[in-house]
Amino acid sequence: MTQSVVVQVGQCGNQVGCRFWDLALREHAHVNKRGLYDEALGSFFRNVDTRKSDGGTCCVGDRIHHLKARAVLVDMEEGVVNQILQGPLREVFDSTQLLTDVSGSGNNWAAGYMTYGSAYRESIVDKLRKASEHCDCLQCFFLIHSMGGGTGSGLGTRVLSLLEEEFPDVCRIVTSMYPSLDDDVITSPYNSVLAMRELTEHADCVLPVENQSLMDIVNKINVMSHGGKPGSVVRSDSTITSGRGGLSGAEKPFDAMNNIVANLLLNITRYEVKNVLQHPTYAIFAVVSVETFQAESFGLSSFRLRPTLPFVSWNQEAWKTGLCSVPPVGHAHSLLALANNTCVKPTFMELRERFTKLYKKKAHLHHYLHVDGMEQSVFDEAFSSLSSLIEEYHHLDATKARLIPDAPRLCIAT
Amino acid sequence: MSVVTVQLGQCGNQVGQELFDTIWTDNVPEGQRKTYCTSSRDRFFRRTAHGGLQARAVLIDMEPKVINQSMTKAAKSGRWKYGETSHFSQKQGSGNNWANGYHVLGPRHRDVVEELVRREVESCDVLAGFMPMMSVAGGTGSGVGTFVTQCLRDIYPGSFILNHLTWPYGTGEVIVQNYNSVLTLAHLYQLSDAILVHENDVVHKICSQLLNIKPISFSDINGVIAHQLGGVLQPALTPDSHGAYGGNPLGELVSALACHPEYKLLSVCTVPQMPTSSIAFSTFSWPALLKHLRQMLISNSKMEEGGFADPSIYTSWLPSEEAFSLWKSPVPFNKYEKSATLVTNSQALLRPLDDMVRKAWNMFASRAYMHQYIKFGMSEEDFLDSFTSLEQVISSYSQLHS
Repeated sequence: MTQSVVVQVGQCGNQVGCRFWDLALREHAHVNKRGLYDEALGSFFRNVDTRKSDGGTCCVGDRIHHLKARAVLVDMEEGVVNQILQGPLREVFDSTQLLTDVSGSGNNWAAGYMTYGSAYRESIVDKLRKASEHCDCLQCFFLIHSMGGGTGSGLGTRVLSLLEEEFPDVCRIVTSMYPSLDDDVITSPYNSVLAMRELTEHADCVLPVENQSLMDIVNKINVMSHGGKPGSVVRSDSTITSGRGGLSGAEKPFDAMNNIVANLLLNITRYEVKNVLQHPTYAIFAVVSVETFQAESFGLSSFRLRPTLPFVSWNQEAWKTGLCSVPPVGHAHSLLALANNTCVKPTFMELRERFTKLYKKKAHLHHYLHVDGMEQSVFDEAFSSLSSLIEEYHHLDATKARLIPDAPRLCIAT
Repeated sequence: MSVVTVQLGQCGNQVGQELFDTIWTDNVPEGQRKTYCTSSRDRFFRRTAHGGLQARAVLIDMEPKVINQSMTKAAKSGRWKYGETSHFSQKQGSGNNWANGYHVLGPRHRDVVEELVRREVESCDVLAGFMPMMSVAGGTGSGVGTFVTQCLRDIYPGSFILNHLTWPYGTGEVIVQNYNSVLTLAHLYQLSDAILVHENDVVHKICSQLLNIKPISFSDINGVIAHQLGGVLQPALTPDSHGAYGGNPLGELVSALACHPEYKLLSVCTVPQMPTSSIAFSTFSWPALLKHLRQMLISNSKMEEGGFADPSIYTSWLPSEEAFSLWKSPVPFNKYEKSATLVTNSQALLRPLDDMVRKAWNMFASRAYMHQYIKFGMSEEDFLDSFTSLEQVISSYSQLHS
């Protein structure tokens, strides 16, 4: 099996990352009864025996000695990382995986990207390299960060471009937390739009998470538990492990997903797939079912669902399912859907509006322009990048209702 | 004469393992079957130093899981096994990407693969030819498989190459399966002598309607494919073999069926196919079986009665005596008292091929997923070339009505 390295940047990134590691360990503990370091564990953890003289790494099949996360933790202030190191997860990380500074980025993308990005470039690359050298076969990097602040947003996207530069063949999957409307960071629209440009250029795949949607889910769950229906734990903090180019099921027991466009409330089986899914246009849809359904019955129910989803004309069968026989901790079943669709468009449009409001007045711009290397053109480019992205999604939606005929085929002269 | 099988990718390795198992099961050397079994064993297996049977096969995959499973399964049976060193795998897979398989992984591991094949070839007294087995939907079977076929053609220009392909379900196992299929078929058409095709949809129907299997797994599908392939490849008395079990199975198959370079697609059907539990209670007669086969053959057209000698089922430029050849074997096959297998080069695959090209073309027209192929060294021209080749094939097959 292949390995993945998690890179968590900034306050939000580290907090979410921390929950991920906690959940991952719980799941493995639940299933791994014999205490053996198996391939599933190996994809996110190293097994280290400090008594060994050669640095301690153990192979698959050995007993578990010490599990170390395959991770790099970056933050420009120490608070969050220190908390992690004092908490129950302190054994899971060692000091070579951490990079911290003292003063923070002041919610300023430019400070994170340019100032700290340049200052710590060597150090970051070094830590990434070390983490990847511990991997037998590195498949992908997972980056966790927020878009609204300074470190996660600025330094996070700088790390992303470093990953592309140094490890071009390794897949980069980014989980980005988008700020809600009532976010208390005034400059979050600037930071988000500037970061978005970097994501479109350097990420292979982005899983956007809206804080607002997460809040809605949490509220709904509270309502549900108070309403006497059995409540469920929102699994909002874990990362997918998947085969490159596809989702594979049974041999990876721990597919736990970070909620995507959180309107997709699918990890609770009692729910019917919401009507909300029928509005956007779909480019691709993948479902991972973590449960013990028979393949055939699951296939039948997905056959019923599929015709209700409007797919793009050139990808009518862009549907893939995966089955995993091990359910998550605390649940009997779970269903997860990943969708590449135009549902994200309103989020981006809102973001653009908030950006424009600030940018028109040139509010707070001077904080950014004072940073070495930052110019106003960077803002303009980021804005136009976001606008063309929204245009493309518009275009997809526009084609939805029309029946596109088959493209005319090549003709052979007879 | 021996056949060297090259099992490529997940599907190729799984189907290959079932095939060898089926052939072994059919090799029960009692009474009249001695010559048959000797011939079959020599064709597909070789004797190891300890007297056991080892498959004449090379197993290749870009991830280790399936090869390990196939080798373990074979060894566990205690009856035959794969060579300890006859396999090659990597860790990461091909990502369902033909370009990755063909342009990157194939060339990268060329030497190792060629060496493995060479060793198998050298262990054969007389080489009948190669049978690469693969699917067309994924990345390794399709991409690496095409590359390996090309290497085989380069190194053994005089040998016969019969590619066995598994076509995916029409409703999609892999989102880019149509791209991978088009690219594979277009290239193999220039490299193979003949292409024997099994479609998952068709085999699935056999499992559900004839064999009453529920739920149907890939293992069942592979079992049917192996049975049909066994029916084609097990020793038989051919018109050219002069009373002995045919020593040149691939050559005779190819020369009988792939008579024109434009027409290389072969399909198979077998009768009877029934649940194992029913076989003991059924009786068969040749006229009924052959009539059934003929009906299966012509079910797409508006033909009436006539045997296989009826000229109206053949194209006008081929006299019917040459178009049909009968291979016989006096011993029963795979637990069926009587079994008949029909291999045809016909329009049977025209519709699925056309569907595949149409879907791939629609995707290509919007350039969907192209960036994933281009980053491994392909260009739009490469795609266009493949589409052109296949449209030519479709056109040729469509015009067979004369």
